[in-house]
Amino acid sequence: MTTVTTTRPASRPVPVREVADRPPRSDRRAGLLLSTPFLIVYLVFLVGPLLMGIVLSFFNTTTVKDGLGAWVGVSNYTKVVKDSLFWDALWHSVLFTLITTPLLVLLALLAAVLASRIRRGRVFYRLAFFAPYVVPSSVVALIFLWMYTPQVGLLPKLFGAVGLAPPDFLGSTSGGWTAVILMTLWWTFGFNFVLYTAAIQDVPPDVYEAAAIDGASPWQQIRLITVPLLRPTTSLVLILQILASLKVFDQIYLLLGGGPNQSTRPVIEYIYDTGFTSYRGGYGAAATMVYFVLIVAVSAAWYALRRRGVTRAATRTVPTTATLATTPAAPRAGA
Amino acid sequence: MSTLIQPRRTAADGPPGVNGAKLFNRLCAVCMTLFALIWLVPFGWAIVTSLRSDGSITQHPMSPLSGGWSLHAYAYAWDNYPIGTWYLNSLVIAALAVVFTVLFCSMAGFALAFLRFRGRAAVIALVTAGLMLPTEALVLPQFVEYRSLHLLGTYWALVLPSVAAPVSVFIFQAFFKGIPRPLIEAARIDGAGWWRIYRTVCMPICRPAVATVSILTFINSWNAFLWPLLVLNQTSSQTIPVGLASLLSNSNIQYAEVMASSVLGFLPLIAVFLVFQRQIVQGVATTGLK
Repeated sequence: MTTVTTTRPASRPVPVREVADRPPRSDRRAGLLLSTPFLIVYLVFLVGPLLMGIVLSFFNTTTVKDGLGAWVGVSNYTKVVKDSLFWDALWHSVLFTLITTPLLVLLALLAAVLASRIRRGRVFYRLAFFAPYVVPSSVVALIFLWMYTPQVGLLPKLFGAVGLAPPDFLGSTSGGWTAVILMTLWWTFGFNFVLYTAAIQDVPPDVYEAAAIDGASPWQQIRLITVPLLRPTTSLVLILQILASLKVFDQIYLLLGGGPNQSTRPVIEYIYDTGFTSYRGGYGAAATMVYFVLIVAVSAAWYALRRRGVTRAATRTVPTTATLATTPAAPRAGA
Repeated sequence: MSTLIQPRRTAADGPPGVNGAKLFNRLCAVCMTLFALIWLVPFGWAIVTSLRSDGSITQHPMSPLSGGWSLHAYAYAWDNYPIGTWYLNSLVIAALAVVFTVLFCSMAGFALAFLRFRGRAAVIALVTAGLMLPTEALVLPQFVEYRSLHLLGTYWALVLPSVAAPVSVFIFQAFFKGIPRPLIEAARIDGAGWWRIYRTVCMPICRPAVATVSILTFINSWNAFLWPLLVLNQTSSQTIPVGLASLLSNSNIQYAEVMASSVLGFLPLIAVFLVFQRQIVQGVATTGLK
C-alpha cells in the first residue's frame, strides 16, 4: 500500500480510507468473477436440495419418475407426525447420540490428556487412533462383522475366554446396539482425539512448569489446568459429535440393516426406506424437513450459547488458549 | 513407529526429584500403548484372516498359525469382484473432486480475502450458513434434483456435492489472509492482474492449504457411502465403499476372501494416511479449531 498512499491525501488515516474509498473497478470485477464458480456450485448443489426438499414435501412426488405429482398441502407433514415408525427412527438416532457422545468426548479427552504426558511416540498414538477414521465405513463394517460372527469371531471368543456369555451381537436389539457402538467408537474416536491433542499443544508449557514448581501433582495439573483450559475445545467437540451422531446411517445400515425388526433403524434410514424402497418422495421429503429442522435447531442453539459464552469470557478477559472458529470440520455421519 | 523401540530418554525427562510425576508419566505411557495396540487389533485381525484358508478359520478360529498362510484369498477376491473398476471409479471421482474443490474454493477464498466487491458480505453470509447446513440429511431432495438435471449415474453427481464445500473456502481464506499485503501490492504495481496474482503469487505460497484441502476432500470423497449408493447403481460403476458393501449381503460368507477384499479396501487409504499424516492431522485440527 505504501506507494499507493503517496498519490493520495496523506492526512487521511489508513483504515478509514480503506472503508470509505470505492474499490477500483478491477477489484469489483475480479472479486465477482473469482467467486462465481464456487457460488454457482454452492447455490445449485447445496442450497438447491434444501429448496427442493421444501417444495417436494408439499407434493405427493414419487421417486420412480420425473415430475412433482399432485399438490397435497401439509398432509405429508401430518402423516409423518402421526407415524410412530418415524418417531421410533428419530428416537434411535437420538439414542445413538446420547450413548456415543459422552463416550467419544470423554474417552478422547482422557486419551489426549494422557498422551500429552508422554514425550515420545505421539506419532504412534495418532496413527493408531486416527487411522481407522480414514477407512471407508463399509470396510470397517466388513471387519467388524467378521469379528462379531458367532462361534468363530474374535469378540464372542474373547467373551468366552473371560467366562462371559457373548451378547448376540447381530441378532438382538441390545447386542446390535453394542455392536454398532463399539464399531463407531473404534472408527471415529481418532477425530476427537486429534482435536483435543491439537488444543493441548496450544497450552503454553510454562503454565505446567509453574504448577510443577508450586508442587502440583500431575493429577492436579490435569484437573486444575488442562481440563479447564480445554473447555472451549470440549464445547466444540461436543457439538460436532452431537451433529455427527444425529446423522448416523452407515454403521447401522451396514451392520444390521436397521434390524432386528427395525429396532435400530436411524432416521436417515427411515427416509431412505420411504424414499427409495417405497418411492414416496414427497413423504420422505417431509420427514427430511422435520429432521433437518431438528439438526439446525441443535446447531443454532449451540451457536447462540457459544456467542453468549464468548462475550462473557471476553468481559472476564480470560487468556483463552484455543479460540474457536465457527467452522465445524465435517466429521463423518455418525462420526 | 520407531519411537516405540527406543523409550530410553524417560530417565532424563522431567525436573529432577519429582519421582511421582515421572512414575505417573510412565504409567500413562503404558496405558496409552496398550490402548493403541488394542486399536490396531481389527486391522491386524483382518490381515491375518485374509491370509488363512477358510477351512482353518472355521475349525480353529483363534489359532491363526494353523493351516498355513497364502495369498489365495486375494487372488480370488480380485478375480471375482470388479475391484479394479471400483478402484478406478473411486480414483477418478476423488481426483475430479480434489481438482474442482481446490480450484473453485481457492478462487472464492482469494476473492474474500483480498477483494472488495459488491455482494461480498452476501457471499460470506452464504458460506457461513453453509457450514451449519447438514447436507447429509438432504439426500432425498438432492437425489430428485440430480435426477431432474439428468446427472444420476454420472461421475458429476459424485463430484459436485463435494465441491460445494464452505469449509474449504474458509481454509483458503484464512491462509490467504496470512500473506503479507505488501507482496500483493508490489505485484499490483508491477502490473499483474488479480488472476495472475492468484495463480503465480498466492497459490504457490498456499501450498499447505492446497495440501490440506486436497487430502481431506480426497478422503471424504473416497469414503462417501450413502450418496454413491443412491447415485450409481450398476456394479461396474460403483466405488470401492459401495462395491465392498455389496459383499456384506452375500449369504455364503467366505471369511478369508471377504477380509482380503477389506484389506484391499483399506490399504490405499492407510497408505495415503501414512504419507500425509501430518497434513491430515493438521487439516482436521485447523478446520476444527482456529
